Amino acid sequence: MTRVQVLLCSGTACQSSGSAKVKRALTEALAGHDLLSEVQIVETGCMGPCELGPVLLVYPEGTFYVRVKPEDAAEIVAEHFLKGRPVGRLLWTEGAPEPTEIPFFARQRKIVLANCGTIDPEKIEEYVAVRGYEALGKAVTEMAPAEVIAQVKRSGLRGRGGAGFPTGTKWELVAAAAGDPKYVVCNADEGDPGAFMDRAILEGDPHAILEGMAIAAYAVGASRGYVYIRAEYPLAVQRLETALAQARKLGVLGSGIFESGFSFDIELRIGAGAFVCGEETALIASIEGRRGEPRPRPPYPATSGLWGKPTLINNVETYANVRHILLHGPDAFAAVGTEKSKGTKVFALAGKIRNTGLVEVPMGITLRELLFDIGGGVPAGREFKAVQIGGPSGGCLPASLLDVPVDYDSLTQHGAIMGSGGVIVLDDAACMVNMARFFLEFTADESCGKCVPCRVGTQMMLRILDRIVAGEGTDDDLARLAEIGDMMKKASLCGLGQTAANPVLSTLRYFADEYHAHIRDRSCPAGVCPNLVRYVVLPDACRSCDACRRACPTGAAQGTPRAGPYRIVDELCIRCGACFDVCPFEAVRKEPREAQ
Amino acid sequence: MTKDAIVGRYPRSPEVLLSLLHDLQKANRENYLTPEDLARAASHVGLTPTEVRDAVTFYSMFSLRPRGRHIVRVCESPNCHLAGAWSALAELRRALGVDVGETTADGLFTLELTSCLGACAVAPVMMVDDEVVGNLTPERVRETLDRYREAK
Repeated sequence: MTRVQVLLCSGTACQSSGSAKVKRALTEALAGHDLLSEVQIVETGCMGPCELGPVLLVYPEGTFYVRVKPEDAAEIVAEHFLKGRPVGRLLWTEGAPEPTEIPFFARQRKIVLANCGTIDPEKIEEYVAVRGYEALGKAVTEMAPAEVIAQVKRSGLRGRGGAGFPTGTKWELVAAAAGDPKYVVCNADEGDPGAFMDRAILEGDPHAILEGMAIAAYAVGASRGYVYIRAEYPLAVQRLETALAQARKLGVLGSGIFESGFSFDIELRIGAGAFVCGEETALIASIEGRRGEPRPRPPYPATSGLWGKPTLINNVETYANVRHILLHGPDAFAAVGTEKSKGTKVFALAGKIRNTGLVEVPMGITLRELLFDIGGGVPAGREFKAVQIGGPSGGCLPASLLDVPVDYDSLTQHGAIMGSGGVIVLDDAACMVNMARFFLEFTADESCGKCVPCRVGTQMMLRILDRIVAGEGTDDDLARLAEIGDMMKKASLCGLGQTAANPVLSTLRYFADEYHAHIRDRSCPAGVCPNLVRYVVLPDACRSCDACRRACPTGAAQGTPRAGPYRIVDELCIRCGACFDVCPFEAVRKEPREAQ
Repeated sequence: MTKDAIVGRYPRSPEVLLSLLHDLQKANRENYLTPEDLARAASHVGLTPTEVRDAVTFYSMFSLRPRGRHIVRVCESPNCHLAGAWSALAELRRALGVDVGETTADGLFTLELTSCLGACAVAPVMMVDDEVVGNLTPERVRETLDRYREAK
């Protein structure tokens, strides 16, 4: 029995910050003090506050360390593990409170993420120890398929992939559909810019997804399942493969699960870099080995999906919710959330916010609670301007809407969408026109080209926005943007085209003055749009420290250390802002300039 | 592993096409799919070479032209953009001496862009093969490239 447990986050963000080196250093330090038998290091999935990584949590006290470097290992072991004195300088907050007392965690409600950061995702025993596969066992041995569906319906669970379709209803449609065999598919093609909640679940609690799929398969009468996952997530692929092998070995996948008559197995299918494959009909085409182009619906996959057979497609987070409904009952699940949006939602907080990372909150809390109480607000010295929610299909909401509750219907009503849960916070340094153009460039690039409204519409809108950000827009451009956007919404084949205009339409709605400034005054108020801004060095503030020259990738920042003020050669400048960011004396300034 | 061994691990069905192509591509030092690969994949899964080519050209991660030993992909999504991906990309262009879509003369690196890598909390981010490298600064870019150069 070990005396101390160290939960070391080994999600993608913490790995990138060096968690593996921290583990090695800790192990060495423990060996040096002969403590290897007393202190156990467990590599877990994402704990949430990714920006502070590598993070680790020490039990039994529940001490939360952040930004741990390999050099810190010796001190942690000698002071904390040996003498019982937590290392103050590495604590997130003073006084070493339990994580539940840190505001970031205190306001969260972890259901889907309950195991992320607390168990080793590569060990099925740890999942089983927290009642893993118990819900599946209960379903296949004690419940009829129709009862499972009834419970999911009663829970009020809606699809977490974006559109929010009632999950139980979808299951019922597949169960009732004629055709054999039937398939169950997990859409793990998370591609929305700024969304990484599915990645964290896949990496941190892969068995929860497999269990959810198996329960769904039992309910709808499928014997075969697929996880379609993007190739950009190699760690998630590897952990899923491990989980699949362990689940087969334990007998919770395969034939005669829990000695019932139910057999089910799952295979992985890896994408190859096409955003549109997150759309369900495109995803089906991709699994079938074809170009991942969407097709018109109906027929919906529920009646005609993979190889024309009835197919259930849900997203990662949706499946991860399922076992909780069966374990605790649909009413307990429905007790969290609002009238029409039940349960919790995982959000990926990013952009200009103090606590970037992953959070899970009850549906219906306000944007203000999500972004300020949990997210910590924008870093000092800047002001909140807008929140982009729902990715390229979503919209930008201004500060005046911070008290809007976060649920499917409220967000849609204000021009954004729940989407998959990507949240990008923008401060007053952001240009909303530039931001809208950025998202549109993304959808224009990812448009598969099959239908005209999306293929041509995104290009037309992009061309207009290019003109506006270059200071060459005209007054009727705004009406044209709205008109094309509206046409795309009505006439596009799939969700990508139908929602592609949302970032533009929502910024037109809430930030029209910024469009007007670009068009009428030919200026970018935030000083972002390259053609409308230039960087200059304030000679009096410059201490010729050379930082800007070293940061400048094009040689535009020029000067000699300690030999008088530097200068920025406008013709060489690509306006990346590296000099502005790096200057310790605030001697680099952005100035508006006339369009050229 | 030989190409025959790679192909042999897969059942004869079109549904394995993308995974099979990934494996064939990785088996080539130059990270691309040769015409022979396409023909081999086609006959194994029961599609025509044209059908396979049709699928291949749809996906950005497959290449029909030789690329570098390592693929460097810089995330161009909004979070990375806000965090300064542009200057990281400029540094990569400078350090590698190539533009996006090109391969270094020594055949070691190809520079590409990618949509969101889902590591936004450590933006700006790039991927080198399967490794995610976050919190990019010009310095971190150079260090990472050096590490791969030494490992060749």
